[in-house]
Amino acid sequence: MSIHLRHIQKHFGRSQALSPIDLEIRSGELIGLLGPSGSGKTTLLRIIAGLETPDDHRDCRILFGERDVTQVHVRDRRIGFVFQHYALFRHMSVFDNVAFGLTVLPRAERPSSAEIRSRVMQLLEMVQLSHLAERFPAQLSGGQQQRVSLARALALKPEVLLLDEPFGALDAKVRQELRRWLRHLHDELGFTSVFVTHDQEEALELSDRVVVMSNGRIEQVDTPDTLYRAPRNRFVFEFLGDVNHLEGVVQDGVLTCGDARLAVDLEDGRQELLLRPHEVQVALQAQADAHLPASVMSIVPVGAEVRVELSADWMSEPWMATLSHQDAERLSLKRGMRVHALPRRWHHYPDAQEAPGTQVRPQQVSA
Amino acid sequence: MQRIGDAPWLRRSLIAVAVGLSALFLLLPLVAIFAQALAEGVGPFIANLTDQYTLAAIGLTLFVTLLTIPINLVFGVMLAWLVTRFAFPGRRLLQTLIDIPFAISPVVAGLVYLLLYGRNGWIGGWLDAHDIQLMFAWPGILMVTIFVTCPFVARELIPLMQAQGSREEEAAVTLGARGFTLFRRVTLPNIRWALLYGVILTNARAVGEFGAVSVVSGAIRGETNTLPLHVELLYQDYNTVGAFASAALLALIALLTLAAKAMLEWRATRREALT
Repeated sequence: MSIHLRHIQKHFGRSQALSPIDLEIRSGELIGLLGPSGSGKTTLLRIIAGLETPDDHRDCRILFGERDVTQVHVRDRRIGFVFQHYALFRHMSVFDNVAFGLTVLPRAERPSSAEIRSRVMQLLEMVQLSHLAERFPAQLSGGQQQRVSLARALALKPEVLLLDEPFGALDAKVRQELRRWLRHLHDELGFTSVFVTHDQEEALELSDRVVVMSNGRIEQVDTPDTLYRAPRNRFVFEFLGDVNHLEGVVQDGVLTCGDARLAVDLEDGRQELLLRPHEVQVALQAQADAHLPASVMSIVPVGAEVRVELSADWMSEPWMATLSHQDAERLSLKRGMRVHALPRRWHHYPDAQEAPGTQVRPQQVSA
Repeated sequence: MQRIGDAPWLRRSLIAVAVGLSALFLLLPLVAIFAQALAEGVGPFIANLTDQYTLAAIGLTLFVTLLTIPINLVFGVMLAWLVTRFAFPGRRLLQTLIDIPFAISPVVAGLVYLLLYGRNGWIGGWLDAHDIQLMFAWPGILMVTIFVTCPFVARELIPLMQAQGSREEEAAVTLGARGFTLFRRVTLPNIRWALLYGVILTNARAVGEFGAVSVVSGAIRGETNTLPLHVELLYQDYNTVGAFASAALLALIALLTLAAKAMLEWRATRREALT
């Protein structure tokens, strides 16, 4: 079921949690709401659910498909909601938790207890917890509790599933597993899902499209791929991954900062460049158009790459460069070694709302 | 190396002082009550308890207590719900107001009720004109008893409900639960032990309340005399055994209440140990 949000805004007292927001979510999509804390993502999710009411405005509309639910109470919106800390009923068994939604249906719609039983067991099988049906929430691990919470949310076959930081409280491995599993469930059952997260990796990995939010505004809505390749502004760029900064004065096409120099195609004046760690190479010699001396602070092999931390007087904060194991070995990097940073490409976001610039250095480094 | 408080003489003397004071101030009076009540044997004790006026006093006390408990139960749950689940201006003030009966002397409370609802009182005058008598009758006793005991349930529930938060209730609402179903199936099971604890405290206080009740009751034998008032009346009549027989009954109720409270606490710690 598609979700249309029009002119949704929200104030808490005097502070504005959401500036007017418009958002279209297509039927069957898996959407990630991504932003730092205080960006309004959870508020937006709770407004879609009906747990929070948006400010009164004549243009304010929430549509589920063709159905206008703006004035519809949570309990009648027929959504599934998964809470950050699971919010399982602590005095009920796993079975009763999952059965709850079915047992509180009006008598006329309520299935027989045998039907409820088979439906609940089917759900528990789906989340691979049927052997724990008689346990109480406190006797389960975090990951198991979250799976119960999902099964409970799906018991009434909602067409919209909303998840508030669903994996936030779990350890990395369980989180990874549950993500994959949620994606699978989403594709199989075909509901429309919206989840909130502050973890960019999670948003990029799991979503069909990501909604990046900050300060109650939507900064960008795009597929993970487009979002990473073409961030619309500096906030999105910085939020989506690690960033190295190079700030200096440009004169006649050369940016200078302390003893660092880089040929750039920018106007004269104070400018700041942003670089991803994988866009920084490490070499033993400087080049004619790039002289960025630094020393190696630390070398950390992580998976397929080697993370090298660089420091120098001209940096406001240490730089991070990611190298292949091969390159790292060839350079025989050691802590304290003097090296040169060579930007492969860099990004530039002028303060004014101009189009962002990304420049690839014309001559490829052949270190 | 010794830790602070490890000196044997210190530990022993502290224990001795604690045990000695408890015995002197708590245990001895309790023993004295039963000793006095049974001073002339079991016969007179029973006779005093089954005296017509004593039975009437027991009846009135039970009647008032049985009315107070459900009223405060409903009031306390509603208040705790309001204070912990809604944000509204004046919420803090309301939370402070709940404590007034704790802060104020019961005698003062009784006098205030007399001032308001007595025949010459602000509201009492109007009531009198309509032939309604609250003071010096059981409704007055009930009113001050409710006043004195009203914080007990709410005070037990508020910290618990604050700590538990409203997530489970929100979850229940997203699953379609409405109004009373929500309360009965989600809220109530989570607060039932605190609720019972509040009821036990309410019960203890309602049975034993003296100050406020003595001001508004008028202590008419067989009519508006509660058990604590009856004790005083008998004592002033130089009927020591009678006074202590009734006092022993009150003490017994108190002991049962304590036992119930201890059992609940024991249960609570055991439940925590389990989960």
